[in-house]
Amino acid sequence: MPEDTKSPTPPSGQPHAAAPAKPAVPATTPWDSPTVARLKSQYGSGVQEAVTYLGQNYFVLDASVTAEALRILRDEEQFDYCVDITATHNPTRDKQFELIWILYSFARNERIRVKTNIADGASFPSSVSIWPAANWLEREVFDMFGIKFDGHPDMKRILLPEGWKGHPLRKDYGIIQQDQEWVQINLGIESGQ
Amino acid sequence: MGDQITKDPASFISHLELDQPDKTFLDSNELIINMGPQHPATHGVLRVILKLDGEKVLGTECVIGYLHRGVEKIAEHRTYTMFNPYVDRMDYVAAVSNGLGYCEAVEKLMNVQAPPRANYIRVILTELNRLASHQLWLGTHALDIGAMTPLFYTFRDREEILKIFEKYCGARLTTHAFRIGGCLYETYDGFEQDVKKFIDFLPPKIDEYEELLTTNRIWVERTKGVGKITAADCVALGVTGPVLRASGVKWDLRKAQPYAAYSEFDFDIPIGQSGDTYDRYLVRMEEMRQSLRIIRQAVERIPEGPIMAKVPKVIKPAVGEIYHSIEAPKGELGYFIVSDGSTQPYRIRVRPPSFVNLQALDLMVRGQLVADVIAVIGTLDIVLGEVDR
Repeated sequence: MPEDTKSPTPPSGQPHAAAPAKPAVPATTPWDSPTVARLKSQYGSGVQEAVTYLGQNYFVLDASVTAEALRILRDEEQFDYCVDITATHNPTRDKQFELIWILYSFARNERIRVKTNIADGASFPSSVSIWPAANWLEREVFDMFGIKFDGHPDMKRILLPEGWKGHPLRKDYGIIQQDQEWVQINLGIESGQ
Repeated sequence: MGDQITKDPASFISHLELDQPDKTFLDSNELIINMGPQHPATHGVLRVILKLDGEKVLGTECVIGYLHRGVEKIAEHRTYTMFNPYVDRMDYVAAVSNGLGYCEAVEKLMNVQAPPRANYIRVILTELNRLASHQLWLGTHALDIGAMTPLFYTFRDREEILKIFEKYCGARLTTHAFRIGGCLYETYDGFEQDVKKFIDFLPPKIDEYEELLTTNRIWVERTKGVGKITAADCVALGVTGPVLRASGVKWDLRKAQPYAAYSEFDFDIPIGQSGDTYDRYLVRMEEMRQSLRIIRQAVERIPEGPIMAKVPKVIKPAVGEIYHSIEAPKGELGYFIVSDGSTQPYRIRVRPPSFVNLQALDLMVRGQLVADVIAVIGTLDIVLGEVDR
């Protein structure tokens, strides 16, 4: 398992103090590998970060080079299995959405993440033509965050019904607002909670 | 496996363009019918829109989400500990696997490790759960195809596993057996004997299932050559688990990136060759035997010691993120957790195997008969609770 060999060792050798033991605070370390060198030589400052955290490697790429870099990772670096595509919403940041691809290479038994930041309302090129698996995964990201993928063959909601208002995994989407609205309209009472 | 995608990626795309006006008028031979969502053979609330030419399937579109409960949103409003029982409700026939994946992911994020005894207990229960999941799959899959007897056999034997779960943690299905840092419960008196009794009890029963089906002419006719998928297509579509292995890819996360105590056990990864429904059946049958092998080794070598690591009462992982995945009975089950340093996860993403595997349905049934759609849904072994989350 290549991941764990690099992970920081837990403090098992030291006797625990009387206070509840605090796990060692892990830190990010630079990630160095031929893959990183390749992307860095190709995109220079487009590779914003290449780090290892808890034994797991990830890139943070500039949004302008990410789509191309993903294709290179599949075609030339053997990352042939797109495990997952997801996003996080960080309303305090300038570029609110972070898109995350989790990739795996069968040949190298290696897992990496690629991340990029995009602004609210911005769309991103679809990777369905790189990994067909991206089809439903991108639809789910659209459904939950409202991020559109350009060139996706069927960009519509997947889990929620067509007429749903809002995108639930945005941080500004309240957990009971939908429920309250339904209760007010259909039952005529103030709140069901 | 460098150049996996030999086909035009567009050939994977499955939508029927029903809302395009010029497509409203179908060829006079074409028919669009709706299967589900309340259909016993769809294993839950799955709706499949089928485009047919007579009995032949020209294309499908899955409509999912009927069971969507917003698990990922709920997670953001719960503490790490409070979210633990929710994961059992995703793949409710393999709740123990879900719990294992989640607990291990949070442990990794906190940089703690469960003690060896806890890992052994986890392996035993998870493998028992894999058996229960495969038994349920076999019974319902055979029932869909028209063989009613296996259902009674598998449910009879699955009961023995559920009894062990019930004695261990009080619940039969949504077990919540593990906690972050290890296990809450020590094994009950007689746990080892119960498990040993069970692993002696099951092998003849698996032979019994095989006697009913493996050479049964109707079964073979209904499954051989049905729903074929190649290894390259599996990889391109992200399909994992027994479906991938039946197509000939020897890949199992228990071996590729061992977690819990799996690196300490001796077991084989069964693979198929043709990637059809029959091969997937054989692969899962062999997986059940391999699970028994793992359980036997684990229960014989189970170490003494603590079952809980030193975990603070209030779980506050450092700022950061982790992706951890395990080999659930249905494929790769992953958790991607982002922590902002508070007691509640900033984001939890569940990578469900059923959701990703279901994407392959269209490719597998195109050109086949309507009746085969039922067989293929069964062989994909999806649980809608996990597809929709």
